[in-house]
Amino acid sequence: MSVAPMIEVDGLEVVFGHGSRAFRAVRGISFSVEAGTSFGLVGESGSGKTTVLRAIGGLLPQSAHVSGLMRLAGETLGIERSRAFRRRVQIVFQDPYGSLHPRHTVDQILGEPARVHGLHRVDDRIRRALLEVGLDASFRFRYPHQLSGGQRQRVAVARALIIEPEIVLLDEPTSALDVSVQAEVLNVLGRLRREHGLTYVLVSHNLAVVSHMCDQLAVMQHGMVVETLNVGQMRTDTPEHPYTKQLVRASRGYDRAAVETLEEFEV
Amino acid sequence: MKRQPLLVVEDLRVTFDTPRGRVEAVRGVSFELGREKLGIVGESGSGKSQTGRALLGLIAGNGRIEAKRLSFDGIDLLAADQRTLRSIRGARISMIMQDPKFSLNPVISVGEQIVEAYRVHTKASKREARERALNMLSAVRIRHPEHVFDAYPHEVSGGMGQRIMIAMMMIPEPDIIIADEPTSALDVTVQIQVLAILDDMVKERGTGLLFISHDLNLVASFCDRVLVMYAGRVVETVAARDLRSAKHPYTRGLMNCLPRIEGDGSDLPVLKRDPEWAQ
Ligand SMILES: Nc1ncnc2c1ncn2[C@@H]1O[C@H](COP(=O)(O)OP(=O)(O)OP(=O)(O)O)[C@@H](O)[C@H]1O
Ligand SMILES: Nc1ncnc2c1ncn2[C@@H]1O[C@H](COP(=O)(O)OP(=O)(O)OP(=O)(O)O)[C@@H](O)[C@H]1O
Ligand SMILES: [Mg+2]
Ligand SMILES: [Mg+2]
Repeated sequence: MSVAPMIEVDGLEVVFGHGSRAFRAVRGISFSVEAGTSFGLVGESGSGKTTVLRAIGGLLPQSAHVSGLMRLAGETLGIERSRAFRRRVQIVFQDPYGSLHPRHTVDQILGEPARVHGLHRVDDRIRRALLEVGLDASFRFRYPHQLSGGQRQRVAVARALIIEPEIVLLDEPTSALDVSVQAEVLNVLGRLRREHGLTYVLVSHNLAVVSHMCDQLAVMQHGMVVETLNVGQMRTDTPEHPYTKQLVRASRGYDRAAVETLEEFEV
Repeated sequence: MKRQPLLVVEDLRVTFDTPRGRVEAVRGVSFELGREKLGIVGESGSGKSQTGRALLGLIAGNGRIEAKRLSFDGIDLLAADQRTLRSIRGARISMIMQDPKFSLNPVISVGEQIVEAYRVHTKASKREARERALNMLSAVRIRHPEHVFDAYPHEVSGGMGQRIMIAMMMIPEPDIIIADEPTSALDVTVQIQVLAILDDMVKERGTGLLFISHDLNLVASFCDRVLVMYAGRVVETVAARDLRSAKHPYTRGLMNCLPRIEGDGSDLPVLKRDPEWAQ
């Protein structure tokens, strides 16, 4: 018997609003992620990447209409997410400034999810979580504004990990960080995945970050997946879809000639 | 004969008073900006944004700006009165801020904000302004400009918010654009298209562009020259095409931290800072 993938998304649709204002942000996408691997989502701005993460995490606003199937280790997910689900799946948001409560200390920020999930030995867990992301005990009673961007993002990672999830959804986890801090955070994420067998879904505009972190990736455009490929295909520059080829070329830097050759892909 | 630079900055200092003492965010930065694309790179906290903001006098209340010289098109910005400064800001020097979502008013539609920003600097009618706003939104490759025009900031994606800000700043056709991480939330194809628009403004209209970014590869391929900042100072100024072969160990360290598409996924080198660099 084969083991079910950790995450399966099958024909996912997300529509915002109603009637003439209805907008189909995600238009029937499917992918699956094996346990312990890391899956990248790249693609056009506004193509629905964040919306997909929010749909998996059960964090879409009331105004969103969701259809299609999502399964976690073979179990179908409903609209309401149980506390047990929330313990298994955590999201790290893009913005390290906005996502931490400004008047809570690092200690409170990390302690809250542990208490909500009724975990024991919270004190130990906080200490361990900080250590895991490479922050020493002196950070424990600081406020977010007393931390650098990279330190905040590490606190956000620690908060996601403190309840020992199996799946971590990462939305542009390093795009607000400078390259040296990005390297630190990516190293931490890579090590934690290896040590704890975590499964990641990583959204990023940076193809180098995705190549570095992921095994497979899906390329999105207009709410659809145009291609799913192995990182090997990215590294050897052999994607199939013309849009993916454009992405790879554009990620080599600014090139006026490349700009002129860009094509619009209409739906 | 050499053309007069648009902007001359000499020994710029930005200092903040905080309960824990003085913070010297910018410590003696000098450069000239011509009709070119000048990049500023450097690690977080090195003073890139404060350098850009100081040129417009946009420093927090606890901060102080000092300089030997700060002149724009022959105007002494340090001595200029408030009226002169107001007529320069936005209309002749504009800045695309680092956090687009924070800069947009959440309760006013996107289109109305662009129209208002434009009408502050010109006597354009509402219709004209709307027309230009829609044109500019499509110029920054927003696919459904009418839809986005009526949207509220929480209804647009991260990358759209950034392009809305860029559109807003470019409509008055300023002489200098200070762009602070203007494309960090854009996918790479849209990014190079938006940069091409800025590139055209520099080449065709002679705009001076100060381009602040963490993305070393992008700066190397897009800009003409690059200032490399560390701890409030410029440690090195290089031609952009030479950035990848820069001499300074700090610049080299930053380049080494970058993951690569062809990389093998093993741990990345992190920067080992040397106190000498701050001298
Ligand atoms: N609450 C909402 N109400 C209405 N439309 C929304 C809402 N949230 C997102 N959208 C729309 O859904 C589409 C997809 O947005 P999403 O944030 O998922 O894009 P994205 O791929 O993450 O883009 P980016 O790379 O710019 O962050 C966009 O067109 C956006 O305007
Ligand atoms: N209002 C303030 N009070 C005290 N210190 C400040 C204030 N604003 C900025 N600073 C400090 O000034 C320094 C330079 O900040 P600046 O925003 O210019 O950095 P940056 O190079 O733009 O970094 P990043 O890449 O993270 O945007 C930082 O150490 C910052 O903490
Ligand atoms: Mg997004
Ligand atoms: Mg900055």
